[in-house]
Amino acid sequence: MDHDSLMFIFLNALLINNLVLALFLGLCPFVGVSSKINTAWPMGLAVIVVMLVASVCAYGINILLVHFEIEYLRLISYIAVIASAVQLVEMTIKKFSPTLFRLLGIYLPLITTNCAILGMALFQTFDEYSFTQSLAYSLGAGGGFMLALVLMAGLRERLELANVPDVATSAAIAFMLAGLLSLAFMGFAGLGG
Amino acid sequence: MKASPQHIELRSSPHYRAPDTVDVIMRNVVYALLPVCVFAVYLFGLSALALLVVCVAVCVGTEHLFCVWAGKRSTVGDWSVVITGLLLALTLPPAFPLWMAAVSAFFGVAVGKIFFGGLGYNVMNPALVGRAFAQAAFTLPMTTWSPPRAPGRFTEFIPSTLTRPFMEPVSIDQWLDRVVPDGFAGATPLALMKFAQTPTDLMPLMVGTIPGCAGETSALLIFICGLYLIFRKMMDGRITFSILLTAFLLSGLFYWVNPDVYPDPLFTLFSGGLMLGAVFMATDMVASPETRLGVWVYGILIGVLVVIIRLFGGLPEGVMYAILLGNAASPLISRVTQPRIYGAAGKKRKKKENNAS
Repeated sequence: MDHDSLMFIFLNALLINNLVLALFLGLCPFVGVSSKINTAWPMGLAVIVVMLVASVCAYGINILLVHFEIEYLRLISYIAVIASAVQLVEMTIKKFSPTLFRLLGIYLPLITTNCAILGMALFQTFDEYSFTQSLAYSLGAGGGFMLALVLMAGLRERLELANVPDVATSAAIAFMLAGLLSLAFMGFAGLGG
Repeated sequence: MKASPQHIELRSSPHYRAPDTVDVIMRNVVYALLPVCVFAVYLFGLSALALLVVCVAVCVGTEHLFCVWAGKRSTVGDWSVVITGLLLALTLPPAFPLWMAAVSAFFGVAVGKIFFGGLGYNVMNPALVGRAFAQAAFTLPMTTWSPPRAPGRFTEFIPSTLTRPFMEPVSIDQWLDRVVPDGFAGATPLALMKFAQTPTDLMPLMVGTIPGCAGETSALLIFICGLYLIFRKMMDGRITFSILLTAFLLSGLFYWVNPDVYPDPLFTLFSGGLMLGAVFMATDMVASPETRLGVWVYGILIGVLVVIIRLFGGLPEGVMYAILLGNAASPLISRVTQPRIYGAAGKKRKKKENNAS
């Protein structure tokens, strides 16, 4: 497959270089929100939306930064953009589903500091993706985050009643599951040549 | 007062039990695996035998140790951990160093099973967890293949088998030159197909006289052993069937589009670990979905992943990863494919009622 094709970029972000399971970014919300499927998939959707907005803004800002030769402001300006995107999503969710807003709790505003999103924005800049490529990349990255979150939530819900030894409860079992998922995702390495 | 000669016995349900308990089923799976093990020893000799013994011993030992440690009754007696050991050994290359096999077996049982609460709670097939660990940690020995039916295989080990613990495996080149003087390609049929576009004849693939993992070579034998379990209703034949059918149809589609690049569907079906995986690994009762529809979805998912990873992935073989991913998705699949309770209102009807009122 052509490495510049939209399909490859999308699949690359979704499976091969999955932000959570291959690059180990954004583990905090991954472990925090993945105990219930009912919170996992809305969180995934929220991350997808934030990533799309952040990706578009980051693309625009980067053009400005390069034009005025102030690339050293990249990090801080990206963070500002992501924070405002999160605010938008937060307000929307609060308005349309207060229950969900309460369920997601602290993890919703914490998307601001989710390194997966900043990572996505930086990777798309470093890889010099065009506008449509950036969109495909952010969609894949967000989808990959959601996929990992939902798979994990399914497994954790199943283990809720399991006879887990004391040393392996809550966060410990979550990290072990994440490790096993990550092992399984290694199968996608090198997909598409 | 004289005691009444008639006793009234009070029992709660169930009053009628099926004779199949966990250990009966597990023992039968072990019986079904035995012919495959015997054939592996016939093909690869002492090294395969040592691999089997070490894997089973370490798996059983690990489970026993952790049970004793936790102050519980040892659960070794249910035979499931023996299956884990056998399956792990059968999916490792015959020349695999024994100490690496022991580490993988320990990892598979400890992390793949015990930490989740033992039998009934393992989210993924423990044997495959062990193998995935081996694939990640010991990449080179996992792709070092040895020729089947090498002369003198019943009297000497393959040199790398007896590598000292925590040492790099001994090179087997000298041994190869001695046992196969005309040269040995050192690749499985799958790797030959993927990297050299060289197909292998169907007959050796089915009988199993090809290089590969110790127990995966003979597709026919594995299939017959699986049939025994299916006929005794100790294994879910629908999973096996749906995986094989999906893999056959999908690879057939690619073959039909471009027969020069892609292998033919029969090759896909009989090469590599697909048969062993579809028969003995994907059918792990704990890690597969419970619902009737879910079982089919699970099988189709694995079949599709196998073909995609094999044809487009970086590795020649994808059965292990496909099954692990299928295991990971199975709670979700079970959840989505919940059957409707008889008499309960479905979503559509509920909507209608809401609209009417």
